[in-house]
Amino acid sequence: MTPSHDHRRDGGPSGVDRPGAAKLWALAVLPLLLLAGLLGVLVWAGPADAMRGEGYPPIETLAFQRVALGPDGIVVTVLNDGPDPVTIAQVQVDEAYWSFTAEPGTTLAHLGRTTLTIPYPWVQGDAHALRLVTSTGVTFDHEVAVAVETPTPDAKFFGIFTLIGIYVGVIPVAIGLLWLPLVSRAGRTGLDFLMAVTIGLLLFLLIEAGHDGLEAAALTPSSFQGVALFVFGGLTAFVGLEMVGGWLRTRRRDTEASGGRGWVLAQMVATGIGLHNLGEGLAIGAAFALGEATLGTVLIVGFMLHNTTEGLAIVAPLAKEPVRVSRLLRLGVLGGAPTIVGAWVGGLIYSPIWSVLFLALGAGAIAQVVVQLTRQVVGEESVAGYMTTPPVASGLFAGVTVMYVTGLIVG
Amino acid sequence: MGPVGRVSTEFFDPTRFLRTWNFSDLPADERAQFYRETPQPDGTTLREYELYAVDREIEIAPGVFFPAWTYNGQVPGPTIRATAGDRVRVNFINQGSHPHGLHFHGWHPPEMDGSLPEHQVMPGESFLYEFDAEPFGLHLYHCHANPLKRHVHKGLYGAFIVDPPSEVARPPADELVMVLNGFDTNFDGDNEVYAANTVASFYMQEPVRVRVGQLVRMYVVNLTEFDLINSMHLHGMFFDVFRTGTSLTPSESTDTIMFCQGERAILETTFRYPGDFMFHGHQSEFAELGWMGLFRAEGTRDT
Repeated sequence: MTPSHDHRRDGGPSGVDRPGAAKLWALAVLPLLLLAGLLGVLVWAGPADAMRGEGYPPIETLAFQRVALGPDGIVVTVLNDGPDPVTIAQVQVDEAYWSFTAEPGTTLAHLGRTTLTIPYPWVQGDAHALRLVTSTGVTFDHEVAVAVETPTPDAKFFGIFTLIGIYVGVIPVAIGLLWLPLVSRAGRTGLDFLMAVTIGLLLFLLIEAGHDGLEAAALTPSSFQGVALFVFGGLTAFVGLEMVGGWLRTRRRDTEASGGRGWVLAQMVATGIGLHNLGEGLAIGAAFALGEATLGTVLIVGFMLHNTTEGLAIVAPLAKEPVRVSRLLRLGVLGGAPTIVGAWVGGLIYSPIWSVLFLALGAGAIAQVVVQLTRQVVGEESVAGYMTTPPVASGLFAGVTVMYVTGLIVG
Repeated sequence: MGPVGRVSTEFFDPTRFLRTWNFSDLPADERAQFYRETPQPDGTTLREYELYAVDREIEIAPGVFFPAWTYNGQVPGPTIRATAGDRVRVNFINQGSHPHGLHFHGWHPPEMDGSLPEHQVMPGESFLYEFDAEPFGLHLYHCHANPLKRHVHKGLYGAFIVDPPSEVARPPADELVMVLNGFDTNFDGDNEVYAANTVASFYMQEPVRVRVGQLVRMYVVNLTEFDLINSMHLHGMFFDVFRTGTSLTPSESTDTIMFCQGERAILETTFRYPGDFMFHGHQSEFAELGWMGLFRAEGTRDT
């Protein structure tokens, strides 16, 4: 890819018949100046207000960012998601006006944020209804479905969330890696089958990430354009990994030092799965922090089965190469450990925007890995021809089925 | 608990409203613009009122503004008070943005009822309501234009007191007007604010001051929209109930009374002890959404 690039760069005219640099800059800046002028007219002369008409009530939108329950009562972070300023005049909890303090204040500009502290004696295990009443009498509601104390970031908190991450991320992936000997002894047909299983698994994860990401996108304040954030976050991860992959291959070709083609691919798969698990950890951590989930045995078992298959996906490309244990460990950490980080982040600073972003990165990474794997196994054949061979078709089917069935347990 | 902050009392002061009728809170010259009384040869009084409907944003809880429809710029509207047999003449001007009118409870001929579509007074127009004040009791007036529910909950209502003839006058007392109301600020058919006299929890911050040992007479009218009933409960006390105020003999003695919309009663009590006595709707939800206040009894027992 680089030669053609270089060719164009070298072949370009240099300094002949070009307008002066200053003139070029002026031409580039002119539209920006015009735009600034137009913005000035809009802000000061207010044709938008003229279009809206006289006496229209302001458009008020408030989004609940985070609701924490603690010994001091209920602490709520609110964002103004609308175009006009909003003043929070009163707060109701369970249909009762309640005292509150606001930091930094009760009037929020567009995308302004405030934290309300409401000294309400909330009841463990009960549901509570929050309602903010603005100066114009518009109300914004949030339901705390099951009231439990929000974890504070102490040693116990990190301990619990680390354990969650280890259970659902690290251990399952590590167990999955133990399939390596099986993979390396597989014949051509067996390998095709295993690689197809891997692709099936990843396709399933991709769809899952897309679904979760779009679901989280729907929860984000509309100013943050959740769907666009998700799609372009995913594309960024895809393109970014393509570039990294390209760079790794070039380097390997140059030095021939570090492992083979399979090793690079395994690293890529591990990275993709790691990003996916970061998003998964984030969701789990947030659910616990918000008191919306309890880690029952069934859930742990479900996640373990579900994520063990990810280990298989990582080692599948290593079938033809000798692998040192240290490298295997590195792959395990790359794929599983992000779950722990995700759980911490989710438990501490959960907001749907982070979920969207991490799920998008995970989805993009997985998509890239699927493309990589397919490229490798298809080789010179056509994709359609490859997919329809019996070992591959059955492998794809098996991969998707395994994920579906283990997903049933997670619920 | 309770709302945060204070409302401005510049345009409407719930404390002043308690003891104001026939514009008695205004200086004489200003009062004459809205109320004139002329003694008649037969001993009755001709009472003439100037009422107007006007749209106004009112503060119903600290910092919460409601786009109300008002009589004379206030919710509840001015309290109208006459003695049984008096002639009441109300010149009503509609300065609002919608058709409005006045519908009084009490005896009157049908053309003075202000309820049928042809009775609606269009914006910019006016109408002269005229009738004899009877029977004696505690009544109300409100707008009856359609849609009725909206015209009532937007704030077009007030108390109409008809005193018994002088030969059977009620004993002197500290008299208080309380109109129970609610406001649906987000227009979902459910009130966000409840109050006695419009402002949520106002009398919690500014208790109603009364004297120990003095007879207190409350004129309580329920104009709460959307909810089937409202109620009033007084702490540490009992009161005599004169339902609709049409009898001089109390029908019961209680500390909690229930009203449907439009229902009203005169309540009489005498504070025995100095100190603060809570009063509120005994629907806890209403109480915590603003329909709660305090009486502050001053003086000593047996004075």
